[in-house]
Amino acid sequence: MVKLTFREQEFEVPAGITVGQALAKCQLNPHTVLAVRQGKLITDDVVLNEGDEIRLLAVISGGREAG
Amino acid sequence: MKCTKCAAPAAINMRQHRLALCGDHYVEWFRAQTERAVSKHRMFSREERVLVAVSGGKDSLALWDVLLHLGYQADALYIDLGIDDGIRYSDRSLTHIHRFLAGRPEANLQVVDIEQVCGASIPDASRLTRRGRSKPCSVCGLVKRHVMNRVARDGGYDVVVTGHNLDDEAAVLFGNTLRWQLGYLSRQAPVLPASSQGLARKAKPFHRFYERETAAYALVRGIDYMYDECPYSVGATSLRHKAVLNELERQAPATKLQFYLGFLRAREEGAFEGLDAARPDLSACLECGQPTTAGQRCAFCRMWEQVNARKGRLGEPARAENSR
Repeated sequence: MVKLTFREQEFEVPAGITVGQALAKCQLNPHTVLAVRQGKLITDDVVLNEGDEIRLLAVISGGREAG
Repeated sequence: MKCTKCAAPAAINMRQHRLALCGDHYVEWFRAQTERAVSKHRMFSREERVLVAVSGGKDSLALWDVLLHLGYQADALYIDLGIDDGIRYSDRSLTHIHRFLAGRPEANLQVVDIEQVCGASIPDASRLTRRGRSKPCSVCGLVKRHVMNRVARDGGYDVVVTGHNLDDEAAVLFGNTLRWQLGYLSRQAPVLPASSQGLARKAKPFHRFYERETAAYALVRGIDYMYDECPYSVGATSLRHKAVLNELERQAPATKLQFYLGFLRAREEGAFEGLDAARPDLSACLECGQPTTAGQRCAFCRMWEQVNARKGRLGEPARAENSR
């Protein structure tokens, strides 16, 4: 499995899918986050490996949406 | 995905530009685009003194970094708003700015502490005024505009620059269009000229970058920015507009860019000319001397008078005289 963290949330997705597919599974808009693996930015087409830990950084400033 | 310029793995893919770049080429591209925007809109020159409004967030620190790298005379201003809300928001923001400064001995920072200068923090002042009773954002905006202009004027700066990006500009444009606020539409621009009545020139060198791009620049450059957002901005209208625009962008890449650039083209072609005519003339505030459309005393001075009068009734000390 692959672990993704976004703010206080954690998601798990199967290895072998791309970052873009993982974001879709987590219902996150790829235009609102950046994916970081081992401190480096990675693009949406990168295939995730077993045990990967991905940090998703919110890029939208001006506050959080309510709720 | 490979970098368009070399064989290295791409760090970012910008669908709206059909461009993928590795970290090194991205930094190079980002700086060149900033230079191009500054030059195209004649925002400022290397002979002029630039005041960068920094918050500790990704946009403003990235902007300061780029301008220093490009050789502009860019000093920065941090306005300490005194926001705590259990997370020491303002203190932590300033800590991020000090970390930024640590590796840049050439950089100059000026800090204005609102509580020290005016007598109350933004949250405290907001509780004591009609303007800020529901949320402090309006008070905060008024204070920041006033202080930025005063520091620019007193310090002899030619221009105040902010880190507003394309997402910020598109969200404002979207909101103003939804309400057909033609006056605001006519005044939205990458650069606003100085006025003879004392308003400093204002410029937004990042107005063509997506927010994702400024964050990527900060990350690639190792800028340790303030990741948390202002606690009072939860549920802000601008965020709803950004969410709508990002959903459109997901379905059709480059929507935000086309929306904003189409507006700028229409503006250049004169679509909004004359719409600003009803705006009252500026005059100097009798108390602080800053330009105002409000008549004899500006909104800033009237607001602080109200805050200090209410503080006096509550038995709290009012601000020191002549501290504005």
